[in-house]
Amino acid sequence: MKRVKVLVAKPGLDGHDRGAKVVAMALRDAGMEVIYTGLRQSADEVVKAALQEDVDIIGLSILSGAHMRICEKVLNLMKEKGIDEKPVFVGGIIPAEDALELKKMGILEVFGPGTPLKAIVDSIKGAVDK
Amino acid sequence: MSERLFYANQLAISRTLTRIENDRSVAREIIGSLEERDYHVVGITGSPGAGKSTLTDRLALLSSKEKRTAIIAIDPSSPFTGGAFLGDRIRMKSSTKSEEIFVRSMASRGKVGGLSPSIYDAVEFLGRSGFDRVFVETVGAGQSETDIENLADVVLLVLAPGLGDDVQTMKAGIMEIGDIFAVNKMDLPGASQLATRTGAILEMSGRELPIILTNSINGQGVEELHNLIEKALGELDISGAIEEKRRRRTLYNNLNSVYQIIKEDFSENAKLEELMNYLLENRRLSDES
Ligand SMILES: Nc1nc2c(ncn2[C@@H]2O[C@H](COP(=O)(O)OP(=O)(O)OP(=O)(O)O)[C@@H](O)[C@H]2O)c(=O)[nH]1
Ligand SMILES: [Mg+2]
Repeated sequence: MKRVKVLVAKPGLDGHDRGAKVVAMALRDAGMEVIYTGLRQSADEVVKAALQEDVDIIGLSILSGAHMRICEKVLNLMKEKGIDEKPVFVGGIIPAEDALELKKMGILEVFGPGTPLKAIVDSIKGAVDK
Repeated sequence: MSERLFYANQLAISRTLTRIENDRSVAREIIGSLEERDYHVVGITGSPGAGKSTLTDRLALLSSKEKRTAIIAIDPSSPFTGGAFLGDRIRMKSSTKSEEIFVRSMASRGKVGGLSPSIYDAVEFLGRSGFDRVFVETVGAGQSETDIENLADVVLLVLAPGLGDDVQTMKAGIMEIGDIFAVNKMDLPGASQLATRTGAILEMSGRELPIILTNSINGQGVEELHNLIEKALGELDISGAIEEKRRRRTLYNNLNSVYQIIKEDFSENAKLEELMNYLLENRRLSDES
């Protein structure tokens, strides 16, 4: 039996994980297995969790404003470890031009604060089904 | 590929575990292609929130100084959606940071007994891939997590004050399992009383087992607990009782597969044959002993 496994991680120093938890619960309720790593993870730890858990997709919740640096680091580490085939999505308060840059960098999707949960769930399902 | 290399190749281990989790016959094939190997399984069970993950984290770190160590942590799947929130990693700060330790979460996927359908295969695979010590944290359901006794060589039961009364504990039958007892959260009121009462209950049922007070946050008592686990495993090795544990693990692995097949659809001939193979192997195993 195959189930979709998602990593929901909170890299960076901000201490708010409400949003990440709400998304994690929505994904669980949509029938996915969600690995939640908790607050203040380094990029190293996030990539390690993705590798050891062999998730299908990775979600990063970033509210600290350091999204460009963090995403770049995560994507580079993923390449280095040989898991860069896994799609990455980002949630957080991210200016439109940064979101564009992130997508160019290789981030699959960027979800702003008001995004309906259903849109996030559908988008992840779509990405994994591919 | 050499054993050592496979153990060190976390990416290969991780991807193979996924294949094992998703397909029983693939699992069987993979395990069959690896040579048998001696390793030890430590089960960690107990009430929800008792501190199983936090304690496992510290025990695994101590173990990893001498042994190649892996952790499998199981959390429940929702019976309605099949989804799961796997949060044990949050409490495993040291192990998840360590380069030496492999940590994997698993959802219980509808299996009762506090384990996951593919847990036996996952553990056997880790053992054959070069890990010496596999820690398995069960679902903290508080009741009937007795399956862990068939999987693990030594079972650690984690209790903590403030999580329910004695009657609940006895009703749940959870005091009937476990080789070593840890009363965790010794910093909280009621811990030493709980240890005393646990000792009394065990004595009444004629089981004299070690009970240790621990604080898995600051590490108090954990080294002692680690030594007790090592001692128990060492004694199993010396007395040869470990062989019986391993035989039982294989028996229950097969039985678990039988159970899975019956839950699926064994009207197909192929399934029927698979079913028979497991049963026949178990008869062979029982005859040998
Ligand atoms: N005061 C105190 N709190 C502890 C101790 N050990 C763990 N905790 C806390 O207890 C809570 C639960 O710890 P976990 O390790 O997640 O417990 P668990 O048994 O794995 O929980 P489940 O897997 O959800 O059943 C966390 O908030 C820990 O920080 C301890 O020795 N003392
Ligand atoms: Mg836990």
